[in-house]
Amino acid sequence: MNYESQFIKENKSESKYEYVSTYKIEIDQKRTTRRIKLSNASRYIFSLSLVFALSVLVILLYRIGVDSIGWLNFNFLTGRLSIFPEKAGIFSVIMGSVFLTLIVIPVTLILGVSTAIYLEEYASSGKIRRIINTNISNLASVPSVIFGLLGLTVFSRMLNLGSSILAGGLTLSLLVLPIIVVSSQEAIKAVPGFLKEASLAMGATKWTTIRKVVLPVAIPGILTGSILSISRAIGETAPLVVLGIPTLIMTTPTNIFDDFTALPIQIYYWTLDTVLTPEYANLAAATIVVLLVVLFIMNSAAIIIRNKFQKKF
Amino acid sequence: MSESVRDFNEYKSNLAYDVKNLNLWYGKDQALKDISLQIEKNQVTAIIGPSGCGKSTFIKTLNRMIENIPIVKTQGEILYNNKDIFDKSIKVEELRTKVGMVFQKPNPFPKSIYENVVYGPKIHGIKDKSMLMEIAETSLKGAALWEEVKDRLNDNAYGLSGGQQQRLCIARAMAVQPEIILMDEPTSALDPIATYKIEELIDQLKKNYTIVIVTHSMQQAARISDKTAFLLMGELIEFDKTEKIFSNPRDKRTEDYVTGRFG
Ligand SMILES: Nc1ncnc2c1ncn2[C@@H]1O[C@H](COP(=O)(O)OP(=O)(O)OP(=O)(O)O)[C@@H](O)[C@H]1O
Ligand SMILES: [Mg+2]
Repeated sequence: MNYESQFIKENKSESKYEYVSTYKIEIDQKRTTRRIKLSNASRYIFSLSLVFALSVLVILLYRIGVDSIGWLNFNFLTGRLSIFPEKAGIFSVIMGSVFLTLIVIPVTLILGVSTAIYLEEYASSGKIRRIINTNISNLASVPSVIFGLLGLTVFSRMLNLGSSILAGGLTLSLLVLPIIVVSSQEAIKAVPGFLKEASLAMGATKWTTIRKVVLPVAIPGILTGSILSISRAIGETAPLVVLGIPTLIMTTPTNIFDDFTALPIQIYYWTLDTVLTPEYANLAAATIVVLLVVLFIMNSAAIIIRNKFQKKF
Repeated sequence: MSESVRDFNEYKSNLAYDVKNLNLWYGKDQALKDISLQIEKNQVTAIIGPSGCGKSTFIKTLNRMIENIPIVKTQGEILYNNKDIFDKSIKVEELRTKVGMVFQKPNPFPKSIYENVVYGPKIHGIKDKSMLMEIAETSLKGAALWEEVKDRLNDNAYGLSGGQQQRLCIARAMAVQPEIILMDEPTSALDPIATYKIEELIDQLKKNYTIVIVTHSMQQAARISDKTAFLLMGELIEFDKTEKIFSNPRDKRTEDYVTGRFG
């Protein structure tokens, strides 16, 4: 092919420059050996820290497991709360947590992802955006009690929601919103510019490009961040305590304006009272097992959803 | 009507682009200086010049993709079908539908081959399955890729070779029936055989499309283009029939560049 001979000519002409270096790199054998040893040692150091973390976890799970044996039964899961340990059941508590989750997931996902899209795709990149970004990152590390106070002022008092599920759910949403915004921003930022370019160059509008190209690619990342932070919300106690969630609730909540109690809060109250009633420790342990199982189920579900999306794109 | 006026009108209606005194700045740095040139329909126009001379900037201005860089300022006129593309009445989405673009690095979406080709038609509202399939087939045939992929249309596009991916991108651009296809160094990431295939394809596409191609390879410009524009540091040094540019250029700098004496 005439064409290929031309190509070869073109390439040859480039090799007319010769590269002459003025220095020489000597390899220090001893140093290399030392570094290989260090590299091998670091492997053991890191695996040791894993062993440490794991053993703490195992001890914790063992204690909880032992304490909850005999207490975690059908009646406990389906019964009502009671001041008598042997009669107490946590059905209303579980329902409280379920309702909270049902508020936190849509509120944080919709608000969080929209905010992230706005900041990454629409906001003009300037000083103001930098300030907003820094503030959101800072909010992510504000202690949860503070969010409890915010919720108390805004939702409970100003909006008159009291200590209802809605007030609790919105407070927890505020708590995790910054984390979801930041992690969604990272996921959106990671979408390669050349994909957006390809879409825009086809005459797609910005919004179409976001919907059809940016979000599908970013969704696994967005979900990873959201799973972690929503799980955190489900396990939070402090903000709910600040809202003044009642210690003992006999009725199961039926709508978001009802009063409620949630799993972490119940664990907290029972633990507080173990001095007077030692069996409360067993109840707390059994509730912890339930909470862990709930979190485990939620995370697994989210991971499955995430993998589904990942496969598609 | 006198003969010359008629010729002039015919020439006018044969123009895809009429660029008039185009200036462009990135912030304070001027990247294009007073560029005027005319691009004729159904021809291949090559843009050559050393790295950093403004080839990509120029070609991205033709479909206003350059506006995605916020610091860019432009001045001058680009008439496309006798209308200024910078005019307020022009919708940039419509312009980009008429003026397709193929990039230096193949950039298919992380979707199936089929979904890639029908992306454009779908966003323009075509929903009918059989129609979409027909568009996919026509475009892939047009991009000389159909035979290689017809049995695996639902496979992910990332499973294709670089050259196939680039032809897929050409098919994707063709699927919305543009009048013009802009190509920014479409073969620079490809091996000689894949390059050869794309060049052959460009030669075919010429019948139905107007093509503007940026290239680093002088041989490529000489092989495939009808007209060649030589840019140097943001200025249009020479714009003429390709044979003229490569055999008998007017400007000394053009001669130096095409004979490989610099750049
Ligand atoms: N986003 C940008 N911001 C600022 N300056 C830019 C930007 N893009 C390009 N430039 C500048 O504009 C000039 C022209 O760049 P351009 O990318 O158009 O060159 P090119 O001819 O396509 O080069 P190459 O052959 O290497 O692709 C260069 O000096 C470059 O540094
Ligand atoms: Mg370029």
